[in-house]
Amino acid sequence: MTETQTHEVCLSFDFALQHSAKNKAAEFQLKIKATLPLQGVTAIYGPSGSGKTTLLRCIAGLEPKAKGHCAVAEKIWQDERYTLPTFKRDLAYVSQAPSLFTHLTVAQNLAYGESRRTPGRDQAFYDKVLSTMGIGHLLARMPAQLSGGEEQRVSIARALLTRPQVLLMDEPLSALDQPRKREILPYLEQLAAQFQIAILYVTHSLDELVRLADRVLVLEDGKLIESGSTLAIFNRLESPLQDSDEPSALLDVIAVENHNNGPLMRAEIPGGQQSLWIKAGAETKGKSLRLRVLARDVSIALSNHDDSSILNRLPAIIDAIQLNSATGTAVVTLKVGEQVLFAAITQLSLEKLQLREGISVWAQIKSVAIAR
Amino acid sequence: MQLSPDDITAIFLSLKLAGTVTFLLLLLCTPLAWWLAHSTSILKPIISAFVALPLVLPPTVLGFYFLIIAGPSGPLGSLTEALGLGLLPFTYWGLVVASLFYSLPFVVQPLQNAFEIQGRRPMEIAATLGARPIDGFFSVMLPLCRPAYITAATLGFAHTLGEFGLILMMGGNIPGETRVVSVQIYNHVEALEYGNAHSLAALMLGFSLLILLLLYSFQGRKLIGFKS
Repeated sequence: MTETQTHEVCLSFDFALQHSAKNKAAEFQLKIKATLPLQGVTAIYGPSGSGKTTLLRCIAGLEPKAKGHCAVAEKIWQDERYTLPTFKRDLAYVSQAPSLFTHLTVAQNLAYGESRRTPGRDQAFYDKVLSTMGIGHLLARMPAQLSGGEEQRVSIARALLTRPQVLLMDEPLSALDQPRKREILPYLEQLAAQFQIAILYVTHSLDELVRLADRVLVLEDGKLIESGSTLAIFNRLESPLQDSDEPSALLDVIAVENHNNGPLMRAEIPGGQQSLWIKAGAETKGKSLRLRVLARDVSIALSNHDDSSILNRLPAIIDAIQLNSATGTAVVTLKVGEQVLFAAITQLSLEKLQLREGISVWAQIKSVAIAR
Repeated sequence: MQLSPDDITAIFLSLKLAGTVTFLLLLLCTPLAWWLAHSTSILKPIISAFVALPLVLPPTVLGFYFLIIAGPSGPLGSLTEALGLGLLPFTYWGLVVASLFYSLPFVVQPLQNAFEIQGRRPMEIAATLGARPIDGFFSVMLPLCRPAYITAATLGFAHTLGEFGLILMMGGNIPGETRVVSVQIYNHVEALEYGNAHSLAALMLGFSLLILLLLYSFQGRKLIGFKS
């Protein structure tokens, strides 16, 4: 996490919380310490009961029993002697459950936080948030007249309109349908990129994590078991983010140029002279993209086959080989410059090609998916 | 309808008493009900029991102890005398103070119920949107609990209007001061003035029925009633 050290503006916390219960099994202990740059999206990932929501509530100051330390930029939110009350913390919180005030209209709900947190309405920003969330036509409605998805979009808009420094989101899209998710996700990405705002995003969805997160905190049993950049955490076979049946690697690239203005885009892998052809429109040109490459779409050759129909061939070095003798297969970890790819091959191929750690090979990539 | 000037005075006194008590109870019971709804203190069952006592005790018991406590040798009596307020028994304000206890559960319990049902979440959401606790209470909690406040006010008012034993014990029978409608009815019956008694009794019956009818038809039965 070199990124963390170069940023000076940070959100740092070190919490300890004990929920005691009569029933021993219901006891819960949380002990988490982390420092995050006050920028971009940090996903909080982990099984249910691992303390994801509790962590957000600690940061928001909603867990009075939480002990420890929390600071945002220069401002102390909590230390041994002092706790800044929630209403004074420059944050917004979007939870999974409906949270609109049922006695207020949509417009009044939107204005509730805005009027308390900001000096006045920035009409352009207001209009932009409303149009992005697609809620402009709902302003006069009462929350009871909204669908679950509409209600959640209004909640997100209400949080955004407070222009917070830290945006806490607890599975905010789990109530939305797929098309609406696809619509809101890019806006959240954009929001994270444009403002000095830290988004802490609790999710169960790997898709959302891969799309949104710059960093990941993986929790288990109230403890932080992994933290780091999304790629660093994801691109290990034993990573908790990996699907063990279907390993895949993430690759951050920059879209460079269209081939003959067609649907193929050349994407450069940073840190090397390597590039890939991907299916992407001209609008992505110059942008940074995140690709997901499934291990089964990568094969290995000892030499560069110019005569192959496979366009994407990259020189790589074998970093590790993991055998699965039960299925007769192996997953090979390949280093392409600084980046990582996985290749799923049979044990027979492994033996025939005499593959071993450290040797140079060619990775042939049959297809890539653009994750974001 | 036969209503003497004394009857009219008694009616206005009853309305004034019930109105004053209801207003004061709504003020006092809001923090009390809030505390009861959210506290985990070991004092909670004790306070809850005291709040519920008037539901089970005969009003004469309450009146008796009130006479002792607020009388010249009681602690409350010494206090009010020291403050130059005189003694409470046999005064209008004595009735107000006693009625506060008498009608307390009818106001506390609907509010406590509503606060418990709403939980902490509305206040938490308000806080994350920048509202101080007091602001959050008035802008979110109070509107959300409005039906409970209407229930509490109606029950508190109607119950105070209907008290008799307690007033007879410690209020006496002073016209314009402590002689409320229920006592006036008793006087009429004692004096065998059944016509007058009937007028006032019918009036009470009709009025009480009307406000309860309004309450039930306005909110539906679910919002009334106490925590079991």
